[in-house]
Amino acid sequence: MAPHGSMTSAQAADPHAGWQGIYADWASDRTVFRNVSWGKAMMWVFLLSDTFIFGCFLLAYMTARMSTTVPWPNATEVFALHIGGENIPLILIAIMTFVLISSSGTMAMAVNYGYRRDRKKTAVLMLVTAAFGATFVGMQAFEWTKLIMEGVRPWENPWGAAQFGSTFFMITGFHGTHVTIGVIFLIIVARKVLRGDFDRGTRGFFTSRKGRYEIVEITGLYWHFVDLVWVFIFAFFYLW
Amino acid sequence: MAKHGMAAEGQVHPIKSYLVVWGWLFVLSAFSYMVDYFHVQGALRWSLILLFMVLKAGLIIAFFMHMAWERLSLVTAILIPPVAVLVFVTIMAAESDYTLLTREMFFAEGTVP
Repeated sequence: MAPHGSMTSAQAADPHAGWQGIYADWASDRTVFRNVSWGKAMMWVFLLSDTFIFGCFLLAYMTARMSTTVPWPNATEVFALHIGGENIPLILIAIMTFVLISSSGTMAMAVNYGYRRDRKKTAVLMLVTAAFGATFVGMQAFEWTKLIMEGVRPWENPWGAAQFGSTFFMITGFHGTHVTIGVIFLIIVARKVLRGDFDRGTRGFFTSRKGRYEIVEITGLYWHFVDLVWVFIFAFFYLW
Repeated sequence: MAKHGMAAEGQVHPIKSYLVVWGWLFVLSAFSYMVDYFHVQGALRWSLILLFMVLKAGLIIAFFMHMAWERLSLVTAILIPPVAVLVFVTIMAAESDYTLLTREMFFAEGTVP
């Protein structure tokens, strides 16, 4: 690694600068996150703040569950579905998990094709991702309806600790909202991709800036984060 | 509209690496569902749940979100702050134990004659 003073742009572009790169980046009196656009950096910062929000939700859930003297409802039984004369534990949640993971895969492929400037494949994969997301939200609506019909409220439920309802509605509700917003953004960006906005440098209606295919990756970051949060909700709320 | 010959910009990696990660995510999800389906209980259940969770989260962050290919400045700036959440978890776990203790001592149903 060259001394800081003689940093050339070629060295700055080296993506494998390692640990020494950290202080070189932070101490060089210029943009810290090299090779990372402001849009991507800001999405990461937003996702970090969202991490704290979901972290605190799960933390509140842990605190409520650990400190209650009333037994916690058994998620395996609560979320079981009666299919073909048999109770299958957690089956809806398992399907929702697979739907969301499928959507993450199609999103990753969309990002890849976006950078290869393959307009059609990018847009189609983004729309497939959005369709998976909408399916997920639909299944969540079904799950909420089922639980509400069974008498789950934020303040009570038929099976045990009252906090079960409040944490369930808060955590899955907030996550579902994120998925919904993601679906909306996926559709907006997919439309721009399909129209060729990023090939022609069309200016956006809101920012009046020229868009780039990088927006596909930034939207993808948000989408993968939503999937990531679900990994934690699935583990802590449904399986624990 | 495919223009594969054009100089690619940004994070371009072989499609195969995404498919492999995707496959593993399915396998790991199936494993974590199996933990519940076969009623694994106790410490084994919790450690398996956490193991599959961490592996899945790691795969998503590293490959789907491209963290494995980003500069360490960005990786550390984003991944180190969440450690504060873990500290908070530790504090609140201790606090919950204390709350439970006081509730059991003074408020729990059945303890009042």
